[in-house]
Amino acid sequence: MRLMWQFFHKLGSPKWFYGIAGRWLPWLLISGLILSLAGIVWGLGFAPKDYLQGNSYRIIFIHVPTAFLAQSIYIMMATAAVVTLVWRMKLADMFVRSVAPVGAVLTFLALFTGAVWGKPTWGTWWIWDARLTSMLILLFLYFGVMALAAAIADEKSSARAVAILVLVGVINIPIIKYSVEWWNTLHQPATFKLTEKPSMPAEMWVPLLMVVLGLYLLFGWLAFVRMQTEILYRERRTQWVKAFVRP
Amino acid sequence: MHPIRKKRLTIVLFLLVGLGIAVGLATYALRQNISLFYDPSQIAAGDAPQDVRIRAGGMVEENSVKRDPESLRVRFRVTDFESSVVMEYTGILPDLFAEGQGVVATGRMGPDGVFVADEVLAKHDENYMPPEVKDSLEKAAARAEKNTAQSIPEY
Repeated sequence: MRLMWQFFHKLGSPKWFYGIAGRWLPWLLISGLILSLAGIVWGLGFAPKDYLQGNSYRIIFIHVPTAFLAQSIYIMMATAAVVTLVWRMKLADMFVRSVAPVGAVLTFLALFTGAVWGKPTWGTWWIWDARLTSMLILLFLYFGVMALAAAIADEKSSARAVAILVLVGVINIPIIKYSVEWWNTLHQPATFKLTEKPSMPAEMWVPLLMVVLGLYLLFGWLAFVRMQTEILYRERRTQWVKAFVRP
Repeated sequence: MHPIRKKRLTIVLFLLVGLGIAVGLATYALRQNISLFYDPSQIAAGDAPQDVRIRAGGMVEENSVKRDPESLRVRFRVTDFESSVVMEYTGILPDLFAEGQGVVATGRMGPDGVFVADEVLAKHDENYMPPEVKDSLEKAAARAEKNTAQSIPEY
């Protein structure tokens, strides 16, 4: 517990984080690329086809990881928002700013791949059911966070405003998750549950899990790269950045 | 923890709980509007509005699909294993439409109790399996049926 608090307090120093992130970058990139590429090649090329949908089900290997991560990133942003509001930690705000566009892209990809799959499978590109609509709201929330982060010039009030917006939006996440159980939707319930065996064979879910984990690592890499840029910009007036940029 | 931080954390928690309750009540009040379709028992109970375009959904009953040989018209029964409703549709059905599969149809209830659909969407379930597994499952089910049929003692 004590160690955890120590680590947490160290996070208050952007300089310390800049160095740590730099050391993690190559490992995150390499392991993320290997895992996700292997999973995608396995899933798209070698996994058996589905008895009902044939090959069109293979979009799951892109759709599920992007949708999963899109929600996961928002939860991470909400956690960072609490840290911003309570501890006023600069790094937490930098994280939110750096990853919001990544989350937006992944949400868009999830919506897009879902539409491409929905046309042949359901018979329609889009339907206003609870799952699809709440996912669209998530995309707009990401856009809102990005717009608000860019709109306020003062760093401190901008950080607080963004954190409140992120926190208010987090209510959408359980709605996305449980929409398929609470209401009648066209979207099917989750294939993966934490408490049960997945309702698909191992040669389908193992590659899927690999892509999910790989995408997490790649996200970590991208988040660190973007945060490093943000740190250099925000701390540009400090001695260490000046010395670092112009040795 | 620092008292100011503790206070801030309490405010944040209050914000989240309050927001959760507000959104929970709102979605609960709107649940019928958020639900995409009525199921057959709701229609049988009279919960679905008459003479308005609604969506109805459920499972296509086994051996209930009747196609008109002259046209693209098709009739089938949709069930939620409590009640069922007869649907009529003219047009091309989605690839996944089959007996035992879920559908969501848009249309209105006719006076004769037949739901006339102008759009039929297939609903997919969360189960995936390779074709070979499906085959062997069906064979096993057929064998099991045969075995039970044989196990009745003869006089």
